[in-house]
Amino acid sequence: MSNTFVLVLVVITALGFDFTNGFHDTANAMATSIATKALSPRLAVGISGVLNLVGAFLSLAVAATIASGLVDTKLVTLTVVAAGLAGGITWNLLTWLFGIPSSSSHALIGGVIGATLAAAGGHAVLWHGLVSKVVLPAVFSPIIAALVAATGTYLLYRISRSLTDGARGHGFRIGQIGSACLVSLAHGTNDAQKTMGVITLALIVNKSVPADSKAPFWVILSCGLAISIGTYLGGWRVIRTLGKGLVEIEAPQGMAAESASAAVILLSSSFGYSLSTTHVATGSIIGTGLGKRGAEVRWNVAGRMATAWVFTLPSAALVGAGAYALAHVIGGTTGVVIDLVILVAVATVIYLRSRANKVDHNNVNDEWTGSAAPAEPEPAAA
Amino acid sequence: MSWINLSAIWKIVVFGLLAGAGLPAIFAMGLYSLSRGPRVQTAGGGDSDGLVGGSVVGMAVAALCFLVVLAAIGWGIYEVYQIGHPAPAK
Repeated sequence: MSNTFVLVLVVITALGFDFTNGFHDTANAMATSIATKALSPRLAVGISGVLNLVGAFLSLAVAATIASGLVDTKLVTLTVVAAGLAGGITWNLLTWLFGIPSSSSHALIGGVIGATLAAAGGHAVLWHGLVSKVVLPAVFSPIIAALVAATGTYLLYRISRSLTDGARGHGFRIGQIGSACLVSLAHGTNDAQKTMGVITLALIVNKSVPADSKAPFWVILSCGLAISIGTYLGGWRVIRTLGKGLVEIEAPQGMAAESASAAVILLSSSFGYSLSTTHVATGSIIGTGLGKRGAEVRWNVAGRMATAWVFTLPSAALVGAGAYALAHVIGGTTGVVIDLVILVAVATVIYLRSRANKVDHNNVNDEWTGSAAPAEPEPAAA
Repeated sequence: MSWINLSAIWKIVVFGLLAGAGLPAIFAMGLYSLSRGPRVQTAGGGDSDGLVGGSVVGMAVAALCFLVVLAAIGWGIYEVYQIGHPAPAK
């Protein structure tokens, strides 16, 4: 059965995406804890990985949005899902190479939408679902997170102003560890869900499960595992940008930022909004810079991120559409296989390029010099 | 069908502020209470990172604050679980 073969390929690719998702997003939970040295880098990514797995089981609302709320499942084929995944992974890896905390969710959704557009045209996309559950949350969530984080930062410094710097740092580092753990948990409830949604979509398309079904247990478990392994391996480049590049962070700010992120992500997950944990974490970190007098926000770094955010949906959509076109021209199972072979090749090239100026747990906290990789000039060419 | 679910955004802002800024503030009050007492260090008076001031009342209030924070987190996670696993439709 070639269909089963393609389905297996799609599931493997989806889990691969989930892995890059964890890898890319470790930063959202742990960047500030690593930057303030509340946790050692290794321990931080380990805890985060475990909690992502737990979070994957906590809520299934977002998986439902992705599986049946964005595209018309009757018009989508397995080839479309595979092409969409190729788009999402490619964009995720490229932004990781440049240390830009862009949204894995938007990369995935963009890829799937692009492939659907190429395959079946505009009527196969549920635009209302896309705008109300993906695009608008993307605009609102960083603003809400920034507001919450700024308020929290102000309160924390106000309440703790009679403490010595040492005592304050000590106390809030403990609080920060707790709040960072909650962000990891929240990340599992939102991001692990997205891959579950895509695999469920593939199963629905293949008629392996009914159209309105929830993610089966093996899907939840494998997605949780993939994202937690990715998280454990840690995207040190992005951790560096978020923890050191945007704002210089003290422990109370780290706690405020992470509490804000955790609260906003968990609340939104409950409503089934597939928001970007990346956007929320970035909003929170900027907010915490705004909430403390004299703190400096590096707006040029923030601007670079925002640009990447705007481009994420359309770029991933383009790659997704291209991948579909290629698979369609070649046709059948061979087309899908060739798509995925190209994807692996691209991933390998990006990985090799990243070795040239490595960021890992040893140099992740080096002084910020304006680029993702420390003590190196800007990468010569894109 | 409306494009923006205002009631959801409103809820996310209010509960976000309560949980995301309010709970850390209670935690901060706990730290503040904990630092009261005979061994109190005032700002600028050295860089000791000792957290416990030694006042019994302070420690009791601090314990209460930390308990409130933990309980709120536990309750919040329970709620998310409840909402995320609706009873199967008939």
